[in-house]
Amino acid sequence: MIAAILVLSALAGVSGLLLGFAAIRFKVEGDPIVDKIDAILPQTQCGQCGYPGCRPYAEAIAAGEADINQCPPGGENGVVALADLLGRDPKPLNAEHGAVKPKMLAVIDEQNCIGCTLCIQACPVDAILGAAKHMHTVIASECTGCELCVAPCPVDCIDMIPIAQTITTWKWTYPSVTAKAAA
Amino acid sequence: MSRLYPFHGGLKTVRHKTESNQQPIQRAALPRRLMVPLRQHIGAMAKPVVASGDQVLKGQMIGQADGYISAAIHAPTSGRVATVETRPVPHPSGLPDLCVVIDSDGEERWVERQPVDYRALHPSELRNILRNAGVVGLGGAAFPSAVKLNLSGHRERLETLILNGAECEPWITCDDRLMREQAAGIVAGLHVMVHLLEPREVLIGIEDDKPEAIAAMIEACAGTGYEVRPAPTRYPSGSVKQLVKLLTGKETPVEGLPIDVGVQCFNVATAYTVHRAVDHGEPVISRTVTVTGHVRQPGNFQALLGTPFAELVEQAGGYQEGVERLIMGGPMMGFALHSDEVPLTKAANCILAASAEELAPTQPVMPCIRCGACVDVCPANLLPQQLYWHARAKEFDKAQDYHLFSCIECGCCSTVCPSHIPLVQYYRYAKNEIWAQEKEKQKAELARQRHQARLERLEREKQEREAKLRQKAPARAARAESEGGGKLDIETAVARAKPHPDAANPAATRQQDA
Ligand code: SF4
Ligand code: SF4
Ligand code: SF4
Ligand code: SF4
Repeated sequence: MIAAILVLSALAGVSGLLLGFAAIRFKVEGDPIVDKIDAILPQTQCGQCGYPGCRPYAEAIAAGEADINQCPPGGENGVVALADLLGRDPKPLNAEHGAVKPKMLAVIDEQNCIGCTLCIQACPVDAILGAAKHMHTVIASECTGCELCVAPCPVDCIDMIPIAQTITTWKWTYPSVTAKAAA
Repeated sequence: MSRLYPFHGGLKTVRHKTESNQQPIQRAALPRRLMVPLRQHIGAMAKPVVASGDQVLKGQMIGQADGYISAAIHAPTSGRVATVETRPVPHPSGLPDLCVVIDSDGEERWVERQPVDYRALHPSELRNILRNAGVVGLGGAAFPSAVKLNLSGHRERLETLILNGAECEPWITCDDRLMREQAAGIVAGLHVMVHLLEPREVLIGIEDDKPEAIAAMIEACAGTGYEVRPAPTRYPSGSVKQLVKLLTGKETPVEGLPIDVGVQCFNVATAYTVHRAVDHGEPVISRTVTVTGHVRQPGNFQALLGTPFAELVEQAGGYQEGVERLIMGGPMMGFALHSDEVPLTKAANCILAASAEELAPTQPVMPCIRCGACVDVCPANLLPQQLYWHARAKEFDKAQDYHLFSCIECGCCSTVCPSHIPLVQYYRYAKNEIWAQEKEKQKAELARQRHQARLERLEREKQEREAKLRQKAPARAARAESEGGGKLDIETAVARAKPHPDAANPAATRQQDA
């Protein structure tokens, strides 16, 4: 319990700072609270929160209709950032809305695609290219990994694959040897 | 001798130069198979312009510069392209990257080379030649040189052009040997840079533990007005901002570049490749690399890019007993490799086979005692213990308030820290996290805009459909009138009003239009 509180408060600190940074960077004059909430949400547009996209969820939070722990793509950090913004206590993600998963990318098996365009209609960010009766392709850089295109496909040819690490996305990790020793 | 302006901090390090700088540069053997990475520079990866099965000539372009900050890549020898695919490359992650794999035919047949008279060329034409020759900084950073050879947008005139021959890291001697053996070529390349940048003065900084190199450069510079400035050995005098301070007394702004104070700086080996590209029409297909440490015959090699490190180690007599780690670069700023099967790249100035002797012994990490030793040695005038504190707590914006991004990762602080805290590792971690978060933010912003655009499009299309229906409505009403009205007609009207299957699919029609 104490550990959880510590972790959460640490996270709160970090996210608060991040938020401050984001607020300065993405500042829009006359920001209403909805914009500020929306700025924290990850924009995956997956609907797991129970709303048809991040902005509607932001509006629901602002209106007091939704809780702050309903967005799995935003993770615990997202909840903490929202709590910080709204002056509330952070809480764990509500498991009813799904669990935190690594970010994925949709890939269409172009051999099996029948060109039905159903996935195009489902994709919230227009990340799928293709004309009727022609095979479709996902623009990888624009896919948010929301999975909304997977279910509508009548021939099951869309797979969600983990985003492969490359030299350009690789990061130095937190120095592990010293994490405990230097505490 | 002209005045020097010592920079803050720095270290006297053990040199370990004589192990490798006693013999002339040797020409490395032609490898059977070369793996040439398409990303050997800062900026966008070169676009491959060959495919497996293609015959290539030595010096033929195999990767095209992709965008302004990018550089071309060339076939280091003649042969056949075996494949273009991801292969292990020298990178701290050990991850693979896209390479052109070439099986050499042993004939070393050159593509047609076209030396040019640089004085007769327009500066932008000349810069393009350097860009297409794949010229990048060979001191380790591998930044495309053509970009730095363009002043426009920065300032009217350059005050000082600095040629960096300091080579301050322990063990590395490739620039030392190059200056001794190719001083004339280096100065010829310097002429081209001077032609492009028209600096008021040209200074050549060399640490004074290289008397032969200094003598050779002074001789080659006779009558040119270029000044060789020997500097006392003090790590990291070869780091750009520190060298600028040392030679000109100018402080580069914290988040700025030397160009902001009217100085531009190039490595001596870069100048040499400029000379090869302009006066001989040869692109960058090889470099001088020091192979040293726990190998039997340490030395310097002129080796083709794409040569596996293992083959270079073999030509340096092979590993001695007790090698614990293979490092690319020096012991201070280099990084450990995951394998010796990675290829030589433009950034690889040194391959160091390190045994326990060369590696600082790993000692238990203790808490920071705020002794301030790290502050005393930091050449970037930072407060390393504060940076450490915030990086460790993941307080990234506080770390940035303390100018995290001015840290050059020189390792001076980690070296002197009595608590053996791996400070630089924390700084690298924090920098990477900040970049990653920034990218995430940008991606989210893009998704937000695309989602918004989609909603607007759906709304527009809905309104267009409704407008069409309204247009048809009067006609329908008239027809209904003439036929005396009837339920039947209403039904057909409804059927007609139902959108066509394709129209129900706005995205599809849009894509067809596009
Ligand atoms: S759950 Fe999905 S749609 Fe809802 S706020 Fe999070 S990312 Fe946006
Ligand atoms: S391609 Fe699929 S997973 Fe990717 S954003 Fe579109 S609907 Fe979501
Ligand atoms: S040298 Fe080490 S112990 Fe001393 S202040 Fe710096 S980080 Fe702390
Ligand atoms: S690694 Fe960074 S903080 Fe440490 S001494 Fe070098 S510049 Fe300063």
